Amino acid sequence: MSASAKEIEQLIGKEYKQGFVTELEADTFPPGLDEGVIYKLWKIKNEPEFMLEYRLKAFRHWQTMKSPEWAFVKFEPIDYQAVSYYSAPKRKEDGPKSLDEIDPQILEAYKKLGIPLDEQERLAGVAVDAVFDSVSVATTFKSKLKEAGVIFCPISEALREYPELVQQYLGSVVPTGDNFFAALNSAVFTDGSFVYIPKGVRCPMELSTYFRINAANTGQFERTLIIADEGSHVSYLEGCTAPMRDENQLHAAVVELIALDNAEIKYSTVQNWYPGDKDGKGGIYNFVTKRADCRGENSKVSWTQVETGSAITWKYPSCVLTGNNSIGEFYSVALTNNYQQADTGTKMIHIGKNTRSTIISKGISAGHAQNTYRGLVKVLKGAENARNYTQCDSLLVGDKCGAHTFPYVEVKQPSAQVEHEATTSKISEDQLFFCQQRGLSAEDAVSMIVNGFCKEVFKELPMEFAVEAQALLGLSLEGSVG
Amino acid sequence: MLSIENLHVSVGDKPILKGINLQVKPGEIHAIMGPNGSGKSTLSHVLSGKSGYTVTEGKITYESKDLTEMAPEIRAREGVFLAFQYPVEIPGVSNIYLLKAALNSIRKHQGLPEVDAMDFLTLIKEKVRLLEMDEKFLYRAVNEGFSGGEKKRNEILQMAVLEPKLCILDETDSGLDIDALKVVAEGVNSIRSPDRSFVMITHYQRLLDYIKPDFVHVLAHGQIVKSGGPELALELEDKGYSWVEDKKAA
Ligand SMILES: Nc1ncnc2c1ncn2[C@@H]1O[C@H](COP(=O)(O)OP(=O)(O)OP(=O)(O)O)[C@@H](O)[C@H]1O
Ligand SMILES: [Mg+2]
Repeated sequence: MSASAKEIEQLIGKEYKQGFVTELEADTFPPGLDEGVIYKLWKIKNEPEFMLEYRLKAFRHWQTMKSPEWAFVKFEPIDYQAVSYYSAPKRKEDGPKSLDEIDPQILEAYKKLGIPLDEQERLAGVAVDAVFDSVSVATTFKSKLKEAGVIFCPISEALREYPELVQQYLGSVVPTGDNFFAALNSAVFTDGSFVYIPKGVRCPMELSTYFRINAANTGQFERTLIIADEGSHVSYLEGCTAPMRDENQLHAAVVELIALDNAEIKYSTVQNWYPGDKDGKGGIYNFVTKRADCRGENSKVSWTQVETGSAITWKYPSCVLTGNNSIGEFYSVALTNNYQQADTGTKMIHIGKNTRSTIISKGISAGHAQNTYRGLVKVLKGAENARNYTQCDSLLVGDKCGAHTFPYVEVKQPSAQVEHEATTSKISEDQLFFCQQRGLSAEDAVSMIVNGFCKEVFKELPMEFAVEAQALLGLSLEGSVG
Repeated sequence: MLSIENLHVSVGDKPILKGINLQVKPGEIHAIMGPNGSGKSTLSHVLSGKSGYTVTEGKITYESKDLTEMAPEIRAREGVFLAFQYPVEIPGVSNIYLLKAALNSIRKHQGLPEVDAMDFLTLIKEKVRLLEMDEKFLYRAVNEGFSGGEKKRNEILQMAVLEPKLCILDETDSGLDIDALKVVAEGVNSIRSPDRSFVMITHYQRLLDYIKPDFVHVLAHGQIVKSGGPELALELEDKGYSWVEDKKAA
């Protein structure tokens, strides 16, 4: 017999294939957070003077703030004193100079994840920065990039080698006191990637960072800063996974993008943090602040995200369209299954004249999951002829899940045009039966329909990641029918 | 090929089919006619494995296997095809994608390799021509925004590509204009073969003018109340269903 609603709901018992733990000796701070911990962090990372002030200022601000409650997600309050704020695989003095010096266990871990760090084995044309718990363990193709003048390195290294460049831009898009999680991140961030593309340079390869949380009871607070100087172009991808653990783990990242005149940044994310088990136990709390400043005229930033993991996702990659004629885009697929909760969307802030933004959001909910789109389109007074187009579609698989849409629009400029379209649909039993009658299993049918639903977003991803994203969606829906 | 014996089917507590007997041999064409609500679509759904129906009595044997034991996709892969009375729309999934996925799952079941992309294009274009469809339909989402007649034609396209053994057509002729009816009928006739059988549910004689059935059955109140040759359809057209229903009662 074909899939009934009840069977559909069962289809969603997925298996998380990145859930292994790597046994390593690590330097880990004891749990707890105070100014002393921040000082220790600053010290161990050997950072320039200004960073201590930066971190302490953020920390003091954070202490006056409250965890936000407006999102459509539910979780037990987090005990920030029970979290360890630094964990790094034990290693030689200054960090590995070459792959030979990296703990083979770590190389093995990345290999298992399908991210070999050996340049020979890598997809030609993609440079990778691998962040393991709190530190970057390897960056590939560094020298090749350097020839083009591109800086791609761990942010901790950038702070030591290019302190002025970092100081000029760090916190200029997401200030230390921006929000609760951003303040926490600013106080305690440990590593992440730094990218600088000089004037007129088209980055010769895709850049990517692969984040991996391994240690238990640690938070991952990574910080990414990407600067595209005038007339430059870069495409950047981020991927993430974590072991299966029964406790929830905190991931509070901040990503800042700056595009100067005529520059373009394409930022793609395939997020697959451990989502928790089928009963909702464990999983990553993914509380992320991502924001781009299209500071220059004719600049463009495009966010593409495929969010399949995490127990809770709280994330709104945004564009501040400061420069005249600048363009912001947001393409998103958020899939929630079992007891996952996602509250995600974007903010497009139109400041410059003739600024344009496009938002395409696809939310898929299965099992008992809750999926919320929350978006803000704001057109300030000076943004003459600003335009926004928003399309927001939700797809339900089964009847125990929920989809919610909260579009906010604030327009202060009469010449602005803001369009919003929204749909909600459900994979019906008749659709599934039809596909089965043509020979497809119910599972393949769901996967096919979901992939079809996401097509507009997938076509924005770089080729090889589009394939990965499709496979991931299939995997995430495994077991969701008959 | 197909043997239905004393089939009783209920939806919930409501009996709908009340003792159907039907034998379909390879190469035969059976037409099933009968008033609205008599249980024709129900029979087609039970044969293809839709959920929500309970077989309370009797059995269905397909190629000497118990059909009721098989999952719907297995029935499909074993060669049972249903052209739906009301084809559903699947937004976002192109016709050509569905057809390729369907064909490959059937081929896999038969132990054949996946169809080569070029061969597939050649095959499908030939079938599109056969059904006088515009190739653009291949790239549109399955049935989305198709007119009633286009949906029906699309069902037959799928049948022509998948080459099933037992083809069940549920009112494929309803909603087709006269020219389309001819084209679809020619499509069906072109895939007739000695080892392929058809069960055609219809309300109208005109389909049977183009596709000549070997047998005509009248289904009323969940039972086959009369069977005969092609002439039975003509007689029905003339006298209406009350004629057979009354006869049964009498
Ligand atoms: N899920 C259901 N729940 C309740 N009654 C049902 C259900 N499915 C079918 N029926 C009933 O069973 C009877 C037979 O329906 P069926 O669709 O098989 O008729 P049909 O012969 O195909 O009619 P038509 O010529 O109008 O297509 C009808 O009375 C219908 O209302
Ligand atoms: Mg019917």
